[in-house]
Amino acid sequence: MVKIDDYKNDVPSQWCPGCPNFGILNALKTALTALGKRPHECCLVSGIGQAAKLPHYLKCNFFNGLHGRALPAALGIHVANPRLTTIVVTGEGDCYGEGGNHFLHALRRNPDITLVVHNNGFYALTKGQASPTTPVGEKRSLAVHGVEIAPLNMLAIAIVQDCTFVARGFAGDGDHLKSLLVEAIGHPGLSVVEVIQPCITWGTHPLSWYRERVYTLGDAYDPADRKAALEKTMETGEGIAAGILFRAAPRKPFAGRFRNEITDRPFAELKPVSPEKMAGFLSGLRKGYTPKAPRTAGSSDGP
Amino acid sequence: MMVDLNVVIAGAAGEGVQTVGEVLARAIAGHGYAVFAWQEFESRIRGGQNSYSIRISEKPANAPAMRADILLALNDGAAMKYGRLIQTDGILIAGKKSRDRMIPMAFGDIAQKELGNKIYANTVAIGALAAAIGMNLEVLQAVLAQKFGAKGDSVVAANLVAAEKGYLLAQEGCRGVCPWRLPQRDTRYQLVSGAEALAMAAALAGCRFVAAYPMSPATDIISFLAENQQELEVFTEQAEDEISAVNMAIGAGFAGARAMTVTSGGGFALMVEALSLAGMIETPLVIVLGQRPGPATGLPTRTAQGELLFAVHAGHGEFPKLVLAPADLKDIFRQTVRAFNLADRYQIPAIVLTDQFLLDSLFSVEDIRLEQYAPEFHLADPSVIDDYHRYRVTESGISPRLYPGQSLHLVTADSDEHDSRGHITEDVTETVPTMVEKRLAKHRALKAAIRPPEEVDVAEAERILVGWGSSRPALLEALDRLHKNGIRAGMMHFTEMWPLPAYRFPEGKTYWSVENNATGQLARLLRSEYGIAFAGQVHRYDGLPVTGAYIVEALKW
Repeated sequence: MVKIDDYKNDVPSQWCPGCPNFGILNALKTALTALGKRPHECCLVSGIGQAAKLPHYLKCNFFNGLHGRALPAALGIHVANPRLTTIVVTGEGDCYGEGGNHFLHALRRNPDITLVVHNNGFYALTKGQASPTTPVGEKRSLAVHGVEIAPLNMLAIAIVQDCTFVARGFAGDGDHLKSLLVEAIGHPGLSVVEVIQPCITWGTHPLSWYRERVYTLGDAYDPADRKAALEKTMETGEGIAAGILFRAAPRKPFAGRFRNEITDRPFAELKPVSPEKMAGFLSGLRKGYTPKAPRTAGSSDGP
Repeated sequence: MMVDLNVVIAGAAGEGVQTVGEVLARAIAGHGYAVFAWQEFESRIRGGQNSYSIRISEKPANAPAMRADILLALNDGAAMKYGRLIQTDGILIAGKKSRDRMIPMAFGDIAQKELGNKIYANTVAIGALAAAIGMNLEVLQAVLAQKFGAKGDSVVAANLVAAEKGYLLAQEGCRGVCPWRLPQRDTRYQLVSGAEALAMAAALAGCRFVAAYPMSPATDIISFLAENQQELEVFTEQAEDEISAVNMAIGAGFAGARAMTVTSGGGFALMVEALSLAGMIETPLVIVLGQRPGPATGLPTRTAQGELLFAVHAGHGEFPKLVLAPADLKDIFRQTVRAFNLADRYQIPAIVLTDQFLLDSLFSVEDIRLEQYAPEFHLADPSVIDDYHRYRVTESGISPRLYPGQSLHLVTADSDEHDSRGHITEDVTETVPTMVEKRLAKHRALKAAIRPPEEVDVAEAERILVGWGSSRPALLEALDRLHKNGIRAGMMHFTEMWPLPAYRFPEGKTYWSVENNATGQLARLLRSEYGIAFAGQVHRYDGLPVTGAYIVEALKW
């Protein structure tokens, strides 16, 4: 029986006291516990930023790599050991900015990975520069006249690109976020969960501003309806929808063919190709190059 | 008299130069001769003029000669461009009469007349070439039958007829001008390209994961592995860019797989941040860097040794890394497996520094004893570990490496400076200097494992040619030529480029560096490491490999 305390560690946090990131951390621990996953069965992967520090604050395997490169590292980990539950924890600057290309291609690949993107709308760790999701007009330290370029809507892009699980959570509603994460981790293929994570230090709005606007999608909403899902991601009014925005039947997962046809074992467990097998492979390499078999093997003397 | 016959096939991209060359190389190998095939080509899909050179000998020469006893030109422009390669006693086989010693043959017209289709022009040309070098038609036909077997009997039959027509017509034209004879021999050499060897060596080393972004000349390595995925059990992925490729490989390495990425200089430049990551998180990684001339896009399809200093110095911060530069085909096996083994043992990134010349050429080898290139694995045993610290400080600097999911022990990696458990640290008084020293301790241990340069005739010679990587066969050929000219010269050849070995240069000699670059990067590296002075240098930086003849000519001794 897995308990939430199994995930507890004593690493001092570098987050600001009261940061909504703690809510995301707790929701993730609760979700993993609810799923019966044990710490050694999970691998958290992150890049750089405040969100990317999350793997340090729970007990599990983790890979805290380079800025923007969590997804490629996670792909390598996932392919090399498919038995692991691989979860990427990242911020919107890390994932949509520095690592935007990897996000697009992760959508194409559809690895069985859960991607959790903390979205606070700017760069918090480096003191408040605009991020790929900062609204136009918002003044930021490097955008002193207000942001002049349009924000990215990566959830819409994910839906357009056939990502089969796209959700939005709210760091201020831990129970709901936990239920989203349980669904996301259980869903085969790439699951994208963007989490509204208000920054209490550099943010434009207080946490209460978000509480007033975030609403949870009810039973009447059909996440299988792609058009409705796209509309939800493009809402510009006062409300911010949280819940499973889009869910479709799983697509073929990344590396699935390799696992089915060649091996589904962790690569570290495989025995290397033997020299004998490789020698046979080598000599078969150019069949037909040697129309006549040599009479004396290994001899290099001419007639 | 030993055979040393050089055949050059020239034509435009898309005209079938490579196919003609490969069929002929196969047929000659099937005749019992060693073949060395080397290509130079333009970075385009159609047009231009390319060449495919085949050097034929009883014993493997495995080095380019850059001269033609026979030039087969598939178009008039090719005859013009490559005509200068033809030796005094050499001949040209081409469509238009342009010199005395030649066999004029309009391959397309012959194919049209005899077979009703110009598509067989190249097979007519192959037949002509086979006649000129004096080989058996049947052997050539057997290779053709094998090559076209999948296309059905009628295609095979037409190709056999086309080869015969070309052969018979050329035999007439050959009278008095073709002295060459290739009687069949019993010896059989294996034909292997450098890229194929590297791919097989990686598989032999236990590599399971390869991610790469296509870039000449490294693409053939991952292509070969992708084609043979089933047999070699290697997962291959075409990444969206080199940054992704190398980070995928590092992730796979962290998860316990032997992992590799392959690229050239421009792609390697994009990988450099991740190279430093592999150093920081002490994760084994193998990067194959197939050099081509730079800067920037440079000459995409040609060769150079221009990334030595870049590879050796690549990566921000200070961390141990390994750079190995294979000398020749067999050495590709040795150094690639070694790169995986040492990367694993010291938990470091390793660079296999090779080049377009070595990767794209086709070599003849006998007796590759693969059992001597054995993988050695260094993962720790989780059952004997009680309290696991991924980055436990040890005297050698090497910590026990487990992979996530292997056991209940938790495995961590952090690009930030970290403590022994892999968690971010800002403890600058103790933890930070300890971890810096721990990583650098591995450099010292690694250095002790590095082998000294190969020495040939160094003791007795006064003048020593110093080279590295793929120029070894050219250096040996240069020594041979110099000895024949009565000059005592020796060779010192490096394949283990970083760390450089503890080594004492013999005194009382003059040293001459020979490099496929313009600035003498090896000379600079050796000067700074050993304080050695060079009397002179041979540089080649036109995109072509150095050859024995080129070296001797440049030295003017």
